[in-house]
Amino acid sequence: MAMWLFIIADSATFAGCLVAYGFIRNATPNWPRPFHGITNVALMTAILLTSSLTMMFAVRHAEAGDKAKAFRWTLITAVCGIMFAALHLREWFGMIGEGATLFHNPWGTPLFSSLFFSITGLHLLHVTGGVLALLAVGLRYRGGRYNADDLEITGLYWHFVDLVWMFVVPLVYLLNLAHS
Amino acid sequence: MTTAGEHKSSAGKDIAVYGCLLALAAIQFFIAYQDISALQMLVRMLIVAIIEAGVALLFFMHLSENRGLKWFVMIFTVAVILGMQYGWTDSFRLSNGVPWAR
Repeated sequence: MAMWLFIIADSATFAGCLVAYGFIRNATPNWPRPFHGITNVALMTAILLTSSLTMMFAVRHAEAGDKAKAFRWTLITAVCGIMFAALHLREWFGMIGEGATLFHNPWGTPLFSSLFFSITGLHLLHVTGGVLALLAVGLRYRGGRYNADDLEITGLYWHFVDLVWMFVVPLVYLLNLAHS
Repeated sequence: MTTAGEHKSSAGKDIAVYGCLLALAAIQFFIAYQDISALQMLVRMLIVAIIEAGVALLFFMHLSENRGLKWFVMIFTVAVILGMQYGWTDSFRLSNGVPWAR
């Protein structure tokens, strides 16, 4: 129940951020559309969705009492999270290389960069926290200090991180895709 | 403890849900390349995102197995979304009511 309350509170935080983003985007003339390709974000989405599936496998094996397999799938989920974070950082550095920072945007209003880095940064922070939680809980589960329920609760958080991404992608990336 | 048979059928269901989520994500990317207005695009993408989130909530987060929690989450979500619409229309006033809008 505590994890559900946390998820509900956190979903309100993300909803607030995304509504603020929508408000500012709508009220700002000449909103930039700097994204030319979707390869990176599509790959990030596929990795995050796959990590949800691997997390499900981990929970299923934990429920069945197979500790070794549960731990292995938890590790695979954490690796997916690390890959997602690496792709995200690569994208960030690419944009920073083009001159976009938290307070400067080479394509127009600085609000775009501020919102982009804030929202994706908040999500990346959740992914990083999730990877650390998966590793910590997975190791303790393997060591016998935690049980299958603990792994399932961590899984709930991980699915939530995936769920938030389903809204971040269309609003922050796809709506800002350059149409030539 | 679950039996091997139950475990196998659960894995099959998980893979089906995963395939469904991938397909919904692909639809969002397809919509992004359609030649429609930003508002139409936003509405279509949000509808797909809500369906996607619903599928993830029901099957990956096991909300379908807990009826009380399901109602709590649904009522809370609707209340938050409605609450956030309070200031939303003001953004249209900003874009239509300032000199650079015309």
